[in-house]
Amino acid sequence: MVEFSLPKNSQIRVGKTWPKPEGATNLRKFKIYRWDPDTGENPRLDTYFVDMDRCGPMVLDALIKIKSEIDPTLSFRRSCREGICGSCAMNIDGGNHLACIYGMDEISGDVNIYPLPHMPVVKDLIPDLTHFYAQHASIKPYLITHSPEPGKEWRQSIEDRKKLDALYECIMCASCSTSCPSYWWNGDKYLGPATLLAAYRWIIDSRDEATPERLDELEDPFKLYRCHTIMNCTNTCPKGLNPAKAIAEIKHMLVDRIV
Amino acid sequence: MRYITPRKAAVGLGASHTGTEHHWWMTVSSAALALLTPSFLMVVGTALQLPGRPEILAYFSHPYPAIVIAAYMTLGMMHFIKGTRILIDDYLQHTARKVGLIVAAVFGWTVIATTLFAMARMLLATAQI
Repeated sequence: MVEFSLPKNSQIRVGKTWPKPEGATNLRKFKIYRWDPDTGENPRLDTYFVDMDRCGPMVLDALIKIKSEIDPTLSFRRSCREGICGSCAMNIDGGNHLACIYGMDEISGDVNIYPLPHMPVVKDLIPDLTHFYAQHASIKPYLITHSPEPGKEWRQSIEDRKKLDALYECIMCASCSTSCPSYWWNGDKYLGPATLLAAYRWIIDSRDEATPERLDELEDPFKLYRCHTIMNCTNTCPKGLNPAKAIAEIKHMLVDRIV
Repeated sequence: MRYITPRKAAVGLGASHTGTEHHWWMTVSSAALALLTPSFLMVVGTALQLPGRPEILAYFSHPYPAIVIAAYMTLGMMHFIKGTRILIDDYLQHTARKVGLIVAAVFGWTVIATTLFAMARMLLATAQI
């Protein structure tokens, strides 16, 4: 449901300012969201200083340096460090990005880092993506066929395979869904851009035989039609995909069924 | 606290299998209103420049201005009723959502009825003159 102000226990307080590294001349200030469910305290914004002469170029490099050398209690997800796993999606400098492929040279001034917006927080920069993944599972993201299985494989032409480009590359980092105001307000029912992009990927797959059932399951004022083409999803996608176009294509197919 | 699986929470009550008619109607009515808007503005602009009540009544006794006003207001308010549903679905929940939908429908249909009544009254008044 829409909320225009944070609940009292979510309001961010001024946090600790950690000491500057000794002897460093090229310092960068990081303000990072911290919240520990075990303390029962409000979230706070801690300030760290990182010696940029002894740090890699990406935001994730700085986070790892902070965790290794300044504050080992800082929690964040990371894995591949090359934009493939989607683990390190977070809100950096006001936009959702993958920390591992977002360069600090793209940010002017202080580096402000928060968890993905409008999601329950597990700890610090780690959002709870349980509902997001369950929504993805609900659209049955796998091939469904009714015809007898062929001896070797389900065949697909080169042209039909090309239709899956810019769809199959989604890494489910949730940057798009958590940048969508409709998903903020109605995320309990609205599937969000990432899940709808995945749904379209299977609808458009020439081998899949469940197109009518898939469209039936999407036709709903909340599951699909909460998309108002705001385009935040497309603007923020770290893989350069276009979920808004995929959603528009689904709407187009649904209209084609009645007109 | 509810002990339900994430999948059950995600699926909820399932799809209503509606929404496309509404989406298509909004598209069609938007296009129709875009086409009608210049005519509506011209009719209103012309009426505002007329010197007195008898001239205005005479103006709206002609089919073109009367039909443009009636069509524009009826279509516009139907578009309003369905359009506010999008806003209400976005920002309200539960009882507030239902009440909001009812209020929007009552308001919209009241404006439509008032417009049609006013047009009919002007036509009748002109006929009496």
